[in-house]
Amino acid sequence: MASVSERMAAAPSARAAVDAAHLHRAIFVGIAIFLAVAPFLLYPVFLMKVLCFALFACAFNLLLGYGGLLSFGHAAYLGTASYICAHTAKVWGMPPEVAILLGTAAAAALGFVFGSLAIRRQGIYFAMITLALAQMVFFFSLQAPFTGGEDGIQAVPRGHLFGLIDLSRDTSLYYVVAVIFLVGVLFIYRVIHSPFGQVLKAIRDNEPRAISLGYATNRYKLVVFTLSATLAGLAGATKAIVFQLASLTDVHWTMSGEVVLMTLVGGMGTVFGPMVGAAVIVTMQNYLAHLGAWVTVIQGVIFVICVMLFREGIIGVLARRLKRPL
Amino acid sequence: MFELLGIPPQALFGQLLLGLINGSFYAILSLGLAIIFGLLNIINFTHGAQYMMGAFVAWMLLNYAGIGYWWALLLAPVIVGAMGIVIDRLFLARLRDLDHLYGLLLTFGLALIIQGLFRNQYGVSGLPYSIPPELAGGRNLGFMFLPNYRGWVVVASLAVCLATWFVIEKTRLGAYLRAATENPTLVQAFGINVPRLITLTYGFGVGLAALAGVLAAPIYSVNPNMGADLIIVVFAVVVIGGMGSILGSIVTGFGLGLIEGLTKVFYPEAAATVIFVVMVVVLLVKPAGLFGRTA
Repeated sequence: MASVSERMAAAPSARAAVDAAHLHRAIFVGIAIFLAVAPFLLYPVFLMKVLCFALFACAFNLLLGYGGLLSFGHAAYLGTASYICAHTAKVWGMPPEVAILLGTAAAAALGFVFGSLAIRRQGIYFAMITLALAQMVFFFSLQAPFTGGEDGIQAVPRGHLFGLIDLSRDTSLYYVVAVIFLVGVLFIYRVIHSPFGQVLKAIRDNEPRAISLGYATNRYKLVVFTLSATLAGLAGATKAIVFQLASLTDVHWTMSGEVVLMTLVGGMGTVFGPMVGAAVIVTMQNYLAHLGAWVTVIQGVIFVICVMLFREGIIGVLARRLKRPL
Repeated sequence: MFELLGIPPQALFGQLLLGLINGSFYAILSLGLAIIFGLLNIINFTHGAQYMMGAFVAWMLLNYAGIGYWWALLLAPVIVGAMGIVIDRLFLARLRDLDHLYGLLLTFGLALIIQGLFRNQYGVSGLPYSIPPELAGGRNLGFMFLPNYRGWVVVASLAVCLATWFVIEKTRLGAYLRAATENPTLVQAFGINVPRLITLTYGFGVGLAALAGVLAAPIYSVNPNMGADLIIVVFAVVVIGGMGSILGSIVTGFGLGLIEGLTKVFYPEAAATVIFVVMVVVLLVKPAGLFGRTA
């Protein structure tokens, strides 16, 4: 993405990098404090929805913003994980931690397989392949016996975490989700700032050059694709426990479009942008739910406005104003 | 009555004909996508919505203005193509210098808007559009019954595809187009108005989608969602065929329609996914696509 690479091109000195790290640490601490007190201010189920989608968007942004790969089929990993998690918890009667782990593992496996197919082509083809593969998962979910077709898997038990903590209470579940979210985004942050992340950015900005420097770029792409799918799966599995439901909505292409929109609104290739974008879009959907099909139109309009006038996203603009990477 | 592999021939050929019809739509739509991609370097996500608009414009012409099928076949592509030109001038033209993924995102947003608006106005149950009287009825071919309209769709689509191929490969205009695809700067230097060529190309590609929509209207009901799922299948078709060759797009489109039809007969559960499976196999065996140059 041009705007992202331009921003990165203003090569930060070592001092600036240290400053940025301090700033990011302060923001993460701020987020943790906010998450600790938030259920006293806001409805916990709404917060959990925001957190699941924020993690989903951050996972997607790891691939798009740092790997430069636009996947138009991320619903496949969200949805697969959510189906597997729901099935594990409901039919096999497993505790929630096992269900979430199994769901995430399923998304990881699917991400590895689809990723190794999709990275065989670049650019626009990559987006079309990921979309087509995700549509295949959609039709599979529609027909497979265990997914419950149009009804989905309903009344998934929340269970007891480690056999101890009763998750049927919204507040207890909320703190579990908040921890999962924080661990997920801190992991992504760590990946972005690791040597692996630096190579990723090099591939995003100039793949031929990265190849000529001796990097096996396809291997890097496959790893980041699998990581992104895994974390999207973590979000999906958690979401299934929160809403006690896994349904076709989670695997439909509109969901893949929504995560693109969240990332675009918040700011592609920024650390905190996708979280803000997810919060904005989920809040909007909550308040506008009564408008029915108009929500789709409004989302389309936001897409158009973002692409035409607001390509940096909310956090991207903020970062430019403050002259700090966010 | 003879049987093939335990399938009555009526069912087999009936599904093959349906496959051929779906294949014609795949061919026309992927052709439009390929032409647009060649010059604009974007994938037109609105293509499915524009196919749907073609069908709706035909329906509106009939119900609001009393204009029948044959005129709609001409007018709907022109009207929807003109709207495409407006979209290009208003939006896409301003994104030319940016990463091409923005074009994809923009057209995705536009598709959401268009489909949402039509859904609000006309609901999702679908509106009937009847077969023109000249093409009503059908004929018995001995081994199967061929409804006239379905035969017409296949013949008309084939003609449209071949005409497009002829214009692009054999005429002066097509030569400009191919040259501008290879090297727009150089073609501009020869005094050809490349920006206008790009806009007209977008309009033409969109017009093709609308034409497919009019052809589809009497077969499938006119429905705001008719393009949404179809376009994803067409994307898979484009990945399979590669966008390098016009004839390649046509052959791939018809071929995959037939494969889909055969799957409906022999293993109906897989009918919805067979094209995606073919895509996976092609990616494994020939990653550039059947007719594609390495992209």
